[in-house]
Amino acid sequence: MDVEKRIQDLKDRLTYIRDVFINREDDSIRLLSHKLNELLARYKEIPAGVGNDDLVRIEDLFNFSERKLDLTLTPMDRVRIVRHPQRVCLKDILENVYDNYTEIGGRGEYNIDPSMCIARAVFSRRVGDKLINQMVMVIGQEKGHGEAFRNGGSVKPWGNAKALHYMKVAETENIPVHTYVFTPGAYPVEDWPGAAQQIARNLYELAALKAPVISVFSEGGSGGAEAVGLADRRIMLSHGYYSVISPEGAAAIEGGLRDGKRATPELIEKCARQLCITAEDNLENGYIDRIIQEPPLGARPNHYEFFRELRRELIQATNEAVSGVKSMKLYRAMAVRASKTDDAESIYMRWTLSPRALNRLVDLRQRKFRAMSRNARLDGTGIVNRAMAATKGTIWATHSFLRYDLLGRQKKRLDAMFEDLGAEAHLVRHKLLMPLKKTMDKVLPGGQEEKNSRIGDEFKEKLTRLSCPEDGACLVGSEWAWTSPRSQEDRTITCPNVRTQHCPDLWVPDLFGDFAGVCPSCGHHFPMEYRWYLENVFDYSVSKEFNQQLESVNPLGYEKFDLKLDKAKEKTGLKSACITFETTIEEVDTTVAVLCAPFRGGSVGAAEGEKFIRATERARRKRQPLIAYVHGTAGIRIQEGVNGVIQMPRCTIAVRRYIDAGGLYLVLYDTNSYAGPVASFLGCSPYQFAVQSSNIGFAGPGVITETTGIAVPPDYHRAYHALSRGHIHGIWDRREVKKNLHQSLLTMGGRNLYYR
Amino acid sequence: MLNIKELLDKVKASPYREIVIRAPHTGKVEFAGLKQGDMVRGPGGEYMEKPGTLLANLTREKNKKPIPAPEKGIIEAVHLEHEGKFVEAGEPLVTIKHYLTRKEVIELILQEALYLFRAPERAKYYFVPEVDQKLKVSGKRSVKVHDGMEILIVSRMKRETPLAYSGPEGIVYSVYFGRGENIDEGEPLIGICPEDQLTVIQDVVARIQSEWEEEE
Repeated sequence: MDVEKRIQDLKDRLTYIRDVFINREDDSIRLLSHKLNELLARYKEIPAGVGNDDLVRIEDLFNFSERKLDLTLTPMDRVRIVRHPQRVCLKDILENVYDNYTEIGGRGEYNIDPSMCIARAVFSRRVGDKLINQMVMVIGQEKGHGEAFRNGGSVKPWGNAKALHYMKVAETENIPVHTYVFTPGAYPVEDWPGAAQQIARNLYELAALKAPVISVFSEGGSGGAEAVGLADRRIMLSHGYYSVISPEGAAAIEGGLRDGKRATPELIEKCARQLCITAEDNLENGYIDRIIQEPPLGARPNHYEFFRELRRELIQATNEAVSGVKSMKLYRAMAVRASKTDDAESIYMRWTLSPRALNRLVDLRQRKFRAMSRNARLDGTGIVNRAMAATKGTIWATHSFLRYDLLGRQKKRLDAMFEDLGAEAHLVRHKLLMPLKKTMDKVLPGGQEEKNSRIGDEFKEKLTRLSCPEDGACLVGSEWAWTSPRSQEDRTITCPNVRTQHCPDLWVPDLFGDFAGVCPSCGHHFPMEYRWYLENVFDYSVSKEFNQQLESVNPLGYEKFDLKLDKAKEKTGLKSACITFETTIEEVDTTVAVLCAPFRGGSVGAAEGEKFIRATERARRKRQPLIAYVHGTAGIRIQEGVNGVIQMPRCTIAVRRYIDAGGLYLVLYDTNSYAGPVASFLGCSPYQFAVQSSNIGFAGPGVITETTGIAVPPDYHRAYHALSRGHIHGIWDRREVKKNLHQSLLTMGGRNLYYR
Repeated sequence: MLNIKELLDKVKASPYREIVIRAPHTGKVEFAGLKQGDMVRGPGGEYMEKPGTLLANLTREKNKKPIPAPEKGIIEAVHLEHEGKFVEAGEPLVTIKHYLTRKEVIELILQEALYLFRAPERAKYYFVPEVDQKLKVSGKRSVKVHDGMEILIVSRMKRETPLAYSGPEGIVYSVYFGRGENIDEGEPLIGICPEDQLTVIQDVVARIQSEWEEEE
């Protein structure tokens, strides 16, 4: 029986090797299969003829070959390892790493979303002669060795909502959270609450979650990975990958493939290499803190040594995170810092933290992410200017503090007091003096009334008069400060809703001139240049732009991307897709960040992320509201790899800090907004609006069909759907954007705005 | 008294419907290079999001508009004399011969043979309990209706009012609404056929169901 089992084991190992090196003919693989076939033939003839020695010999050969093959792994091979059903999954880790666990929030198939697995797990530790149980909350995607109902670890929005719920539970119970990232990506459906919206919520909460979070990356597929990956310590398994998009997706974009055409394996290999997705790459870029070495060709459920290693690492990482902020740590912190992972078990620390320590922990986490992706952008600001900017920042912060906190508070108090006094006085006057006045008026008629009636007459006249043609036509300004150059063309254009709404054809000079690109019969909004908004809504010509010198670059040396970037820069005259400036909207000073669609589809990379973060910081220092106008965004810039993805948590943290400081953060979507940015720093705003006829979503229709096999209706991403599921709060007419923005600035948002 | 046989023979003699595609408005025509005998497809896709085969482009005021085929069929005639010329609105451009589908034939016959009682307003409709009972127990063909008989209940926002039938006497042949379904104004509710025609209609429909060859 034992022999049977060992032979089956060898068979499994061989299929695994074959699956990983799918199209590679290698001598070692050939040798292995040859030897194994020989052994099987012998075993079939005379089962007793296969002895222990034969098995040991062939097992040794397998071990040797696996070690040898491990050195030749390409990034794409690693992707195949991670996707393999034999790869370790979260259940294995719960079984082998923790001493005990209870799955909560569903079990197996009886689960709101089986692809997200939550468990209360325990490390039992011996300290002196006492046994101490240390609780953790384990949250992660579960692929379940190819169980179909697990959806391959592709989490639906409500699965991420479940994860968020239990993170909050961990926060309440003051226990650490261990998250495991085993996902090819989030499941791109817009059912309530919407894939993007839910990931944004997760990120927003994680940005200031008051519990130590340790995350382990095995398969980090973009947004789905970020939904649980924003952590104090990020560990990565040596054969895992962490990427902005699957290599196939990148190849489809690179090759410009449409309608389900397949990319060539060579192109996919190349993309996998260029995206820098391996553990080493990510460690080098600083997006993970440590790599755990897996056995050759990746960990499988029977590699018990690997589980022990993982356990040590987890305890060590949690200790590090906790000891960094604990006040009572003395020697242990030193020991933790100095310790090699082997004796992590020997140091015991309570993982519960005091409120102050938790605040420090959150602060450290936020700083950690703030410092990332520094090398992935170009900052052309001179040294003098940088110093100036830093000084200015300090001055603003001090000024805001003095003016709005120190003096402002007293002024507010006084104002409130006067207001109260005034109201009291008014009431007293009304109650006491009015009867007196009335009697006086009765006794002494005349005088007052005549004056009143005279004013009244003029006023009445003004209100009730019909229009006088001799005054000339009362034209009210349809004069836009900037009209689109498209309005210079003498032609007509058809409204896309003509089939249902029967709109007459529109004359282009009218449409893009006076009508501001809005069909007068059905209200369809034709896409407008971002310049239109800059000039007509944000008075860009008199605004103060900042951080203009931050420039998008090609940090991974992605092939041909430099040329594309240069072309975009030349075409738009911008250095990145994000414009940040300070302006005045109806006498309210605001900071505005604009994502411009013409620059590489408004995709977000390291430079855009940094600009956005600096805009939030500036708005915070100056106590100004912050408006993000998304003229269009295609998502995260895939050519920057993880440098782009990391902007999701980074910008969300910046937004969280800004909102927590009492700011007002408004988001306005226009044309098409998809993927990463919507699933992070835009989607987490409490005040989101859209311009009519815009599309908002997580993945475009093509990607949805590609990944889920479901064809979505043509209007699937319309802003109205986002409105009906509560993602956005209103849909605005383009011509009223300025008025609505002003109204929102006055009526929404936090306590810490300079004009409040 | 309607002669159903005649109608059926007429349909059989020419199982086509001619669709004349006319210019929707003035403009310059450019045909898409189709000739007589070519197959064209109607709009397709799960949500009818894919337009039919392109027949021609019509340009007015530098605004080029495609004219796609509305139905599946075979090109009967293309008025190539208009190629590159300016045409008035309503000018026939292409004629498509559309082979009638089984469903369309049945529809056509029923249209001729049945009296359709239509919904007076957008609401949910129910049969009155006794009719409902009868329908459930002994099937649709058991219910006779006559002018002024109250057979339906109009239910809108919990306001339920009886609705009297108006039209020729007959038997309920088909019901076009489901329970709890909102019916728009002007949509048919029930189809009524004269009692003596019932068997004939049933016969014809059954025959069409089995014999009508659909062209691929």
